[in-house]
Amino acid sequence: MKNSVILGTLAVAGLAAAGASAATLDDVKARGTLNCGVTTGVPGFAEPDANGVWQGFDVAVCRAVAAAVLGDAEAVTFVPTTGKTRFTALASGEIDVLARNTTWTFSRDTDLKFDFVGVNYYDGQGFMVPTALGVASAKELDGATVCIQTGTTTELNLADYFRVNGMSYEPVPIETGAEAVQQFLAGACDVYTTDASALAAQRAGFANPDDYVVLPEIVSKEPLGPLVRHGDSEWADIVRWTLNALISAEELGVTKENVEQMASAPGDNPEINRMLGTEGELGAMIGLSSSWAKDAIAAVGNYGEVFDENIGESTPIGLQRGLNAQYKDGGLIYSPPFR
Amino acid sequence: MTTMTDPPKADGFRFGQLINDTRYRSYTFQFIAIVLLFLFFGWLINNAMNNPVLQQVGIDFGFLADPAGYDINQKPIEYTSQSTHLRAALVGGINTLIVAVLACITATIFGVIAGVLRLSNNWIISKLMAIYVEMFRNIPVLIWIIIIFTVAANTFPAIQDYRGDNPTNTPLLGMFAFTNQGVFIPSLVFDGAGGWIVFAVLAASILGIFALRGYARKKLYDEGKLVKILWPSIALLLVPVALAYFLLGQPISVENPVMGRFRFEGGFLLRPSLIALWFALSIYTGAFIAENVRAGILAISSGQTEAAAALGLRPGRIMSLVVLPQALRVIIPPLISQYLNITKNTSLAIAVGYMDLTGTLGGITLNQTGRALESILLLMAFYLSFSLIISAVMNVYNNSVKLKER
Repeated sequence: MKNSVILGTLAVAGLAAAGASAATLDDVKARGTLNCGVTTGVPGFAEPDANGVWQGFDVAVCRAVAAAVLGDAEAVTFVPTTGKTRFTALASGEIDVLARNTTWTFSRDTDLKFDFVGVNYYDGQGFMVPTALGVASAKELDGATVCIQTGTTTELNLADYFRVNGMSYEPVPIETGAEAVQQFLAGACDVYTTDASALAAQRAGFANPDDYVVLPEIVSKEPLGPLVRHGDSEWADIVRWTLNALISAEELGVTKENVEQMASAPGDNPEINRMLGTEGELGAMIGLSSSWAKDAIAAVGNYGEVFDENIGESTPIGLQRGLNAQYKDGGLIYSPPFR
Repeated sequence: MTTMTDPPKADGFRFGQLINDTRYRSYTFQFIAIVLLFLFFGWLINNAMNNPVLQQVGIDFGFLADPAGYDINQKPIEYTSQSTHLRAALVGGINTLIVAVLACITATIFGVIAGVLRLSNNWIISKLMAIYVEMFRNIPVLIWIIIIFTVAANTFPAIQDYRGDNPTNTPLLGMFAFTNQGVFIPSLVFDGAGGWIVFAVLAASILGIFALRGYARKKLYDEGKLVKILWPSIALLLVPVALAYFLLGQPISVENPVMGRFRFEGGFLLRPSLIALWFALSIYTGAFIAENVRAGILAISSGQTEAAAALGLRPGRIMSLVVLPQALRVIIPPLISQYLNITKNTSLAIAVGYMDLTGTLGGITLNQTGRALESILLLMAFYLSFSLIISAVMNVYNNSVKLKER
């Protein structure tokens, strides 16, 4: 008798565990909020503002997905994660989507069982040094002390770069980007290395940005994008196409301003019509309302607007579009068609 | 116990007896408890087995043989970014042991001094020690680690001051450079086998001094003769080493740190992370050990001290010959716990980027491979074995000082 009780309990527990992971979309709808993993704070990418409201380039992805799924861009619970905790948080189901400038790599996609749904920022690893050091190239850094955020791909790229170039260095591993910057400013290391976008973002926040230079070498490819767990393709589709909607919107000239008006009636461009739900049933195909893309764009704006507002040249971070321009403008940002 | 209760009745066993009969009641409850325990663990394990992520990823220790790909700053053994994850874990493990051993030694010294001085008759000294103990043991050690690290990074001279053709700062005596990137000290360079021979001679001399002390003590106890050992000891320490050193053609040299393009090269670097972790663990745990020492001393009745004083012993000798040897019996068992605490607290190293076991295996390796469960299991095994070994060694010592009872 005791045995059957044990087996029964185990079976019930097993069913509960299996059920919990199946449909992220249903979980999010039932919960009423999207749990979105972000950084613990990188200016421009994800950081709470003076009122405690999360703002930034990655945050916009979270808000767009929340708007598409729940119709409310504010229905997001932001979960700050470090380089170390982010994958466990996603794998365990604590967060539904990780939008935390995370590099898309082979082993993360396959071995760690995640799905990268796209790229929202093409980045590369760079080096920042004090101007006073008189260094013009990363090739001159033999013997330098380098601050790195531990648990990131930068750590591996750094080891490879110095090894390939036959140089030695002293790594100073640091848990978060903010602490790394403090150590760098205190002079505990000569070089700070991370993604070039983050270097620019951090440098913008320094008291004397001109005392520091970002070296010209970009030593790695860092395609950053949102990711979800393996095994729930429907949810991956939703996040992927929400991102694509923002990108297509820029390409097609749909903005935060005109999206309401464009979605009110079918227009001349059938692709815009299909995306905004005035033609066809694209929303139903991914289990969302027909206005999903309109809601997302109305909440955060198109990709270009998100970029300009958070990290573009008019912001203190001042990043150029570069690789992140639309393909029509010579960049790599490209969305498959809405058809 | 069963003999105390009524003899079993002849009219057979009834179910009610499981609850009402004191002979069976405890078995019933033990049985229920163990079934519940099994159910609980069964549920946990089953939940883990049914975890979709775990089911897909599985448990596989194969990643340990893959190249680690990252560099470690403090390398007590040969290691490059092409070494395996297992080797990286080993480097981390040795780094853990280095800081644990260093901190255990200094914490004991701090603790004994503070514990003895807290009982001093000098009001200022005893109160100062009380302040030390209360301040350090009542603030979390993580905070101390970060405070010391930050202070070191911001108060030591910037390394820029040492750079260039006209540095504003030069190393102390040309040998010791205190910088915000660490303390650079000279290192000993062993020139082939000769250096090691000299080192072996030194070790042999030290053993010889202990043997001499044992001989002198035996003479004193058996025959009442006081053998002077101070000068023979010094001679034993210096003469053979000096002879070996010059006969073998000075095979050991001192390498001073010399400023390179960015930092000092050559010599030995005490990294700020090691200094912060070592010092913080020492003063923090030292405060606890001080209280153990004080308790041990107070456990020795004052009659012993008075009797020793009546025999004409001076206070220093009363402490070292009469009180401390007996107090050790009280001090050692909690001291073992403190050593274990130090060893486990070294895992806070990540706060300052010291590459200990938690930093390599439980940090970067875990992160880069995503093998969280395997890494954490290994981490637990490592720390468990460290701690058990320390316990075993300290228990041997405890057995040697405890009161012999037959």
